[in-house]
Amino acid sequence: MAKIWVYAEVTSEGVDSTALEILAKARGLGDVEAVALGPGASAAAEKLGEHGAATVYVNDDPVFHDYVAQPAAHALHELVQQHAPDLVLFATNYESRDIAARLSAKTKSTLMSNVTGLVDAEIAQTAIFGGATIVDVKLEGSPRIVLVRPKSFVPESVGGTASIEQVSFDVPDGAKKARRVEVHEEQASGPRLDQAPVVVSGGRGLQDPANFKLLDDLAASIGGAAVGATRAVVDAGWVPYSYQIGQTGITVKPGVYLAFGISGATQHIVGMKGAKRIVAVNKDEEAPIFQLADLGIVGDALKIIPQLIDEVKTRKG
Amino acid sequence: MKIAVCVKHIPDPNVPPEMDGNRLKRAGVQGVLDPGDEFGVEAGLRLKEAHEGEVTLVSMGPEVAMEAIRRALSMGADKGILVSDDALEGADALVTAEVLAAAIRRDDFDLVIAGVESTDGYSGTLPSTIAEFLGLPSVTAVRRIVATDGSTITVERQTADGYHVVECPLPAVVSVTASVNEPRYASFKGIMAAKKKPVETLSLGDLDLGPGDVVVKQRVVELAKAEERKAGEVIVDDGSAAKRIADFLQEAKVI
Repeated sequence: MAKIWVYAEVTSEGVDSTALEILAKARGLGDVEAVALGPGASAAAEKLGEHGAATVYVNDDPVFHDYVAQPAAHALHELVQQHAPDLVLFATNYESRDIAARLSAKTKSTLMSNVTGLVDAEIAQTAIFGGATIVDVKLEGSPRIVLVRPKSFVPESVGGTASIEQVSFDVPDGAKKARRVEVHEEQASGPRLDQAPVVVSGGRGLQDPANFKLLDDLAASIGGAAVGATRAVVDAGWVPYSYQIGQTGITVKPGVYLAFGISGATQHIVGMKGAKRIVAVNKDEEAPIFQLADLGIVGDALKIIPQLIDEVKTRKG
Repeated sequence: MKIAVCVKHIPDPNVPPEMDGNRLKRAGVQGVLDPGDEFGVEAGLRLKEAHEGEVTLVSMGPEVAMEAIRRALSMGADKGILVSDDALEGADALVTAEVLAAAIRRDDFDLVIAGVESTDGYSGTLPSTIAEFLGLPSVTAVRRIVATDGSTITVERQTADGYHVVECPLPAVVSVTASVNEPRYASFKGIMAAKKKPVETLSLGDLDLGPGDVVVKQRVVELAKAEERKAGEVIVDDGSAAKRIADFLQEAKVI
């Protein structure tokens, strides 16, 4: 059996949900162990065990949070040398991506990004052309390093209990350079974008940043809805990056996705085409988003949104 | 301040891509400087303008990649290095990072800048892998360069739900997002001047790397069509669109 490791990022909110998704898949491909580093690592181990990790290597040292990537890459490298996993899986996010990238150089391992499926412990899959084509890539050597996109798999608790191994490291001063001095979180008012059952999203077609307020109002009227945006409007500075849905940004799979003034660039589609139902409103009848919408409306989003808010309020009483 | 900026020549993202067997077709496809790299070039130029110094472009690719370097030179960069070698065709992220790191290592740079991820491959791992090969710290996904005094750089780093302020001693590697600046347009004067700026073309041998150093340990074994979503009903709004959407939301039981 292949020895498969899952690097589980731990934040103040606990273990990253993508790690649990990856564990669900990895379990079927080999013997699974997990690594968690930084404050909260020990506390996260139990959950990782419930999701199928037989052993969890943990260290709660704040150094893993205080300094970007280098201490974690150093620690993982030491562990990899001791335990020789065949495959190390990471979530595609900013923190894990940097750690995986550094580990790749340390172990001279091939690395594959944006993985959306695993055939076995050697073949990983990614989607290209906006998800129209799936590519199977065979990876050689060990450890092989794979970055998995969030929402590629469905997490599943199997009620296991992990053996928790406290591990210690001597992180060199050379790895304590890029230091986090301030942490700022932009609190969104509604539910988290990647967990909301309904996502209301806007693009360039909304014409002005002020019009995003309409989406907030619509989300509030529906209830339990989160507001997202395309990369184009995030790059233009209309809304913060935390709104961005797409290839770069968050992947969402809500029950209903409402796209207003979004043309449907590949960059965006990759992050939302897993929605159960899609509604799109766009002035341009040729907009690619209509090719995947269950309900497409050729019309003016700025006119329709206020009407929809009234309609939803009326029906909800 | 001596600054290296990594740039990539990619197929024009506005032209639909085609496959050539198991690889993306590149021959005969119009190429451009990766639009994401323009933010890196601009960041380098602004630091140079504020602190004096020099901006060197570093790229890897076939000879045609020179077009991307010339484009960045026309924005105002001073010189370029292109690593071009037949043995590098099909290089993966690891090999690319190793080669670029070897090219960067030939000089003493204070700062290495890259785009946050390429527009065609969007792996986003290259800057950190290069940093590891160079033994340098790195800060990726930089949305704002707050300050630098030549020995330290302070930046805002994008996170999923906000940003972190990170302080990092130089030399270092940073990758920048599209929020970091508004790239300048190349002037006619800049375009003319770019033609005379020095660009060094290096082979693997020039970097003391042999074919054994650039073995790619991944290959495409299969391509398959993904299950496609089918388009549903598309209607033109005649004033009833809001009601139709509300019906849809009720059927989906979300209101």
